[in-house]
Amino acid sequence: MRVELVRRQQHSALFSALSPFIALFLTLIAGAILFALLGKNPVSALYSYFVEPLTEIWSWHELLVKAAPLILIAVGLSVCFLSNNWNIGAEGQLIMGGIAGSILPVVFPDFQGWYVLPMMLLLGMAGGMAYATIPAFLKVRFNTNEILTSLMLVYVAQLFLDWIVRGPWRNPQGFNFPETVQFNSSAILPEIWASSGRAHWGFVLAIVAALLVWFMLSRTLNGFEIKVLGRSARAGRFAGFSAGRLTFFAFLVSGALAGLAGIAEVSGAVGQLRTTISPGYGFTAIIVAFLGRLNPLGIVAAGLVLALSYLGGEAAQVSLGISEKSARIFQGIILFFVLASDTLIYYRIRFVTRHSDAAAKGA
Amino acid sequence: MGMFEAILLTVATAATPLLIAAMGELVVERSGVLNLGVEGMMIMGAVAGFGVAQLTGSAWLGMFAAILAGAAFSLLFGFLTLTLVTNQVATGLALTLLGLGASAMIGESFVGLPGVRMQSLNIPVLTDLPVVGKFLFGQDPIFYMSILLTIGVTWFLFRTRAGLTLRAVGDNHTSAHALGVRVIRVRYLAVMFGGACAGLAGAQLSLVYVPQWVENMTSGRGWIALALVVFASWRPWRILAGAYLFGAVTIGQLHAQALGIGIPSQFMSSLPYLATIIVLVLISRNKRLTLMNTPTSLGKPFVPDR
Repeated sequence: MRVELVRRQQHSALFSALSPFIALFLTLIAGAILFALLGKNPVSALYSYFVEPLTEIWSWHELLVKAAPLILIAVGLSVCFLSNNWNIGAEGQLIMGGIAGSILPVVFPDFQGWYVLPMMLLLGMAGGMAYATIPAFLKVRFNTNEILTSLMLVYVAQLFLDWIVRGPWRNPQGFNFPETVQFNSSAILPEIWASSGRAHWGFVLAIVAALLVWFMLSRTLNGFEIKVLGRSARAGRFAGFSAGRLTFFAFLVSGALAGLAGIAEVSGAVGQLRTTISPGYGFTAIIVAFLGRLNPLGIVAAGLVLALSYLGGEAAQVSLGISEKSARIFQGIILFFVLASDTLIYYRIRFVTRHSDAAAKGA
Repeated sequence: MGMFEAILLTVATAATPLLIAAMGELVVERSGVLNLGVEGMMIMGAVAGFGVAQLTGSAWLGMFAAILAGAAFSLLFGFLTLTLVTNQVATGLALTLLGLGASAMIGESFVGLPGVRMQSLNIPVLTDLPVVGKFLFGQDPIFYMSILLTIGVTWFLFRTRAGLTLRAVGDNHTSAHALGVRVIRVRYLAVMFGGACAGLAGAQLSLVYVPQWVENMTSGRGWIALALVVFASWRPWRILAGAYLFGAVTIGQLHAQALGIGIPSQFMSSLPYLATIIVLVLISRNKRLTLMNTPTSLGKPFVPDR
């Protein structure tokens, strides 16, 4: 028996809508098998992974804390991926945004007031944007593969953060711990409902960003241009769209959003700069973007799902004794199933046995 | 052992995993498939190699396990991109993300354990020759494999019928299909070869380079290997040159760190990554040359009509 793909005349609207759900369902099954192999009861394991974290109000807050950077970054990445610009260095842009946004509270701690926070957010966006300009420029000017350059810059950013936190920006009163001073209160992104948990305004920023980018993609000429050039560079050229300009645009938008995610994380969730400020949000956001089918509104939902996988990993470590690293396996598996389910949108799958093959030939 | 000889040896050790992984990816890309999962396959090889060597006490068994793990893991990529025709870039990224995550979980209990080091060759007289003795006759088995691999891949691609077929598939899959070549089968084999090579490269890291398990121990080497393929404009011998160049940069910055020249170590550590970017820019600047060398069907989906 072999698998054969038959191209659909028209892409299937049904499977377009269903594919993320099929992918999630298959992920749960794969997860159950994984737990069974580890000698755990699959049902109770899945319960403590995906349901238990939602039974308490404070963990809903944690969900929003983790979803905020994922959604912000993935929304930006959707602009990149739709236009065929493979920015996979969002992790680096997040870090640079975090560093640039921290300039005010770390270097000028006495500079305080209501205007500090907006300036920090803008600086964070500028930092991420500037860092994303490098692969965009190299792609447009020198035709250099943006996948490799943007990824290499992640390692450079991580090392730069390590240096600045251990070196020039280290808190002199910090007992030699590799961290900066605690941000003063006017540099802290406040909680939404401080009485019940940690969720900060970063999540609101993420929703606003998703709505804005959704509007841009679906209602403006710019969005149309992105989709045309992404599907067919040739058609885009005939329509007079400039691929180079769009590459810059896509990288700047996603860099700015990744940078915003970085400074929101530093100022909202952490309160100071440390040698590591992200558990790989920039990479997980790639999964979020695809699970959300590159649609900013879908990405909001997908971001919450992936945020839940982080919480589930932590919960599973406590209640099941399974490493929290299992979350990363779940995240990887989700992306595989999302990509595999997308095949159903464009192709019908036929299982050909020798018998049916012969019958087809006879007919 | 002189200073020069010592540096030469460490450069070879740093270059070997890059060389092996890039050579595997070269064959994959020559068949028209872009597998960005090298980093993931490599780290799966590293963890499998370390684990099996630890369990059995045999570095050789570890190495074979790593090769198998890399090849098996690459099948996941093959099934999606070749059978289900998914986007190769996204699927390769998925393979890397899954590999990094899975290896971190598998290897959690290996952290801090002493590893099994693969023994280096020792031939009386020859190994003791001055200057080149250790380099030519006193290295670990994987080093020699990497050289044989370079020779073998060159011979296969340019001197055999099967190699010609593979290149034809990569340059124009529609024509190759029309001529009766089983495009998908050729690509499956190429992808698995790439996976096996990445696995072997991972084994070199966890059995020779630093015989222990550290999470994310490939630290971008899979990506540098991908860059090397572009740098080499898809030619095997240029990969050898490129890998040694990068080995030299890696070792050079380590020596500079040890000498304590006033530059922060983090800046020195970022040199290999910056060098990759610079080299990529230099090589891809000439758009026509790049287009001429790139396998024409690279990254393009193929669904056979029947």
